[in-house]
Amino acid sequence: MAEAQIRNYTLNFGPQHPAAHGVLRMVMELDGEVVDRIDPHIGLLHRGTEKLIEHKTYLQAVPYFDRLDYVAPMNQEHAFALATEKLLGIDVPERGQYIRVLFSEISRVLNHLLNLTAFALDVGAMTPMLWGFEQRELLMEFYERASGARLHAAYFRPGGVHQDLPEGMLDDIAEWASAFPKFVADMEALLNENRIFKQRTVDIGHVSLEDALDWGFSGPMLRASGVPWDLRKAQPYDVYDRMDFDIPVGKNGDCYDRYLVRVEEMRQSLRIIDQCVRDMPGGPVVAETNKVAPPKRGEMKQSMEALIHHFKLYTEGYRVPAGETYTAVEAPKGEFGVYLVSDGTNKPYRCKIRAPGFAHLAAMDFLSRGHMLADSVAILGAMDIVFGEIDR
Amino acid sequence: MDEALIDLAEHVEAAVGEKVAREDGGEELVLRVGRDALLEVLTFLRDDANCHFKCLVDLCGVDYPEHPERFEIVYNLLSHRHNFRIRIKTSTDEDAPVPSVSGLFSSAGWFEREAWDLYGIFFSDHPDLRRLLTDYGFEGFPMRKDFPLTGYVEVRYDDEQKRVVYEPVSLTQEFRTFDYLSPWEGPLPGDEKAESA
Repeated sequence: MAEAQIRNYTLNFGPQHPAAHGVLRMVMELDGEVVDRIDPHIGLLHRGTEKLIEHKTYLQAVPYFDRLDYVAPMNQEHAFALATEKLLGIDVPERGQYIRVLFSEISRVLNHLLNLTAFALDVGAMTPMLWGFEQRELLMEFYERASGARLHAAYFRPGGVHQDLPEGMLDDIAEWASAFPKFVADMEALLNENRIFKQRTVDIGHVSLEDALDWGFSGPMLRASGVPWDLRKAQPYDVYDRMDFDIPVGKNGDCYDRYLVRVEEMRQSLRIIDQCVRDMPGGPVVAETNKVAPPKRGEMKQSMEALIHHFKLYTEGYRVPAGETYTAVEAPKGEFGVYLVSDGTNKPYRCKIRAPGFAHLAAMDFLSRGHMLADSVAILGAMDIVFGEIDR
Repeated sequence: MDEALIDLAEHVEAAVGEKVAREDGGEELVLRVGRDALLEVLTFLRDDANCHFKCLVDLCGVDYPEHPERFEIVYNLLSHRHNFRIRIKTSTDEDAPVPSVSGLFSSAGWFEREAWDLYGIFFSDHPDLRRLLTDYGFEGFPMRKDFPLTGYVEVRYDDEQKRVVYEPVSLTQEFRTFDYLSPWEGPLPGDEKAESA
C-alpha cells in the first residue's frame, strides 16, 4: 500500500469564536490534533488610542484608559494619573490615595471574577460564570455610586479622584466584603477538586521562571511560575505601603496554578478593602491646587478667580512640565505601564501604553506548541486576555 | 535619583565605557546608546550579576521630526532581583536599521513588530517583521507625527459588490483642532530679540 501523504492542517480560530475572548484571530498549524504553530493576528480592535491621546489634553486622555482593559477600568486610569502627577510634581491628599487604593482593589476583584469564571466556562463549567456575574453587578454598583458610570468611570484623575464618596457607601462596601468570602468558597467548591477542571488545566501551559521573565510576563502569570513579584509591594504607590497583605505564589507555572493564584488574590484584595474602609481618613480627595484640579462649584458662584480657573482647566487644560516618565501599576492582569513624554504643552507628546496582556499573548505560540488544540483554549483562558488593552 | 541607582549607573558606565551617555531622567535612570553598541550594552545589562535586567518590559518608538535622526527607540528594562528599572534609548532615521533584540529578550518580538507597524522603524535580523496592529494591506505608518489623525482611507460594505470597499476619507464635517494653548505663558514671540540684545 502506498504511504499516505500527511499534510499539516491549518485552522482558523476566531475572530468570532467565543473562547477567543473578543476579537482574536489565530492561524493554527495542526499536526493531527497537536498544535505545531500558532500565529495570533491581533489589531481587530485597534482604535489608535495612543495617537488620539496625542491630540487631547491630559484630562481628556483619562477616559481612553477606561476603554483599554474594560474589565478593570480604574487600574488603567491609576497608571496614567500617577505618571501625570509625577511629571507635574504634585501630591495627592491622603483620602484621595485611600479611595484610589480601595477602588483599585475593587477593580481587581471585578477582573478576577470575570476571568476565573470565564476560564471555567472555556473548559466546560458554566455555573461559576452565572454566580460570578451577580457579584460583579454588586461591584459595578459601587462604581456607579462613586463615579456615575458602571464601567467607563473616568474617576481617577491626575491630582486625586473626581468626587468624594457618597455618604454610607463605605459601610455598604464593608457589608459586601463580609459576605463575599462565601462566594469564593462556593466557587472553589465547584472547581478546585473538580476532576474535569483539573484534567483540563493541571500541567497545561507550563512556563518556567526563566521563560516567564524572558517573555516579559507579569502579574498572576509571573507569580504562578514562582516569582514573588508584585509592584504593590516592590515599588509601592499611593498608600499600598501601609497595607498588610500577602502575595500568593504558584509552584508549577501551569494553568491550574494561575487559577489558584487569582483566587487567593481576591482574598488578599478583600483584606486591603477592609483596611481601607477601616482607616479611611477625612479631608479633601483631590489636590487643592486650582492649576490642576477644578475649583468647587460653590466657590465658582462667588469667586471670579475660581470661575477663570474652571474655564481655563476645561478649555486649555494644564501644562505639564517637559520631561518623561515610565510609571507602572500592578493591574489585575499584570504590570500596566504608561511611558509618558511631555514637551511642556497641554497635550502629551507621546503616551505609550504597556499592556500586560500584549506580552502574554505574544508568548501564545511558545506556550501552546506541542499541546492539543483544546488545550490552547485553556491556555488562552488562563492568560486573562482583554482585547481593549492589547489592540489599543 | 536614588543612591542605588547612581551606583548602578556608575557600574554600567565603568563596564561599557563611552558607549553609553547618561541622560537626565529625574528620578529614573536613562542611558543613551548608539545603534551599533545596542546589543552589547543590553547583553551586559541582562547578564551582569549586579544588573540582572532579565525582563524587557516595554519597547516603543517616539517620533521627533525635527531631530536629524527622527525616531527614538526606547527600551524599558526591569530587574526583578535588584528591583531596578532602567531606560535605554537609541535613535534612527527612516532607513537605517536597528539591530533587533529579539534574540536577547523573547518579548521584544512583538514590541518590535509594533514599532515597525506604527513608525516604520526597521529592525535587522528580526525573525518575523510583519505588521501587527493595523489592517491587512494597510499603507503608511500611523503613529508618525506627519500622519493625519483621520488617516487616508475609510471602509464600508458595498451591497452591490458584496464586499468591503476602501475609499479615500471624506469628512462630513471638516476636521477641527481645538488649540486652546494660551499664547501668554511660556516664551512669547519676540522674546528672543530681548535675549540677543
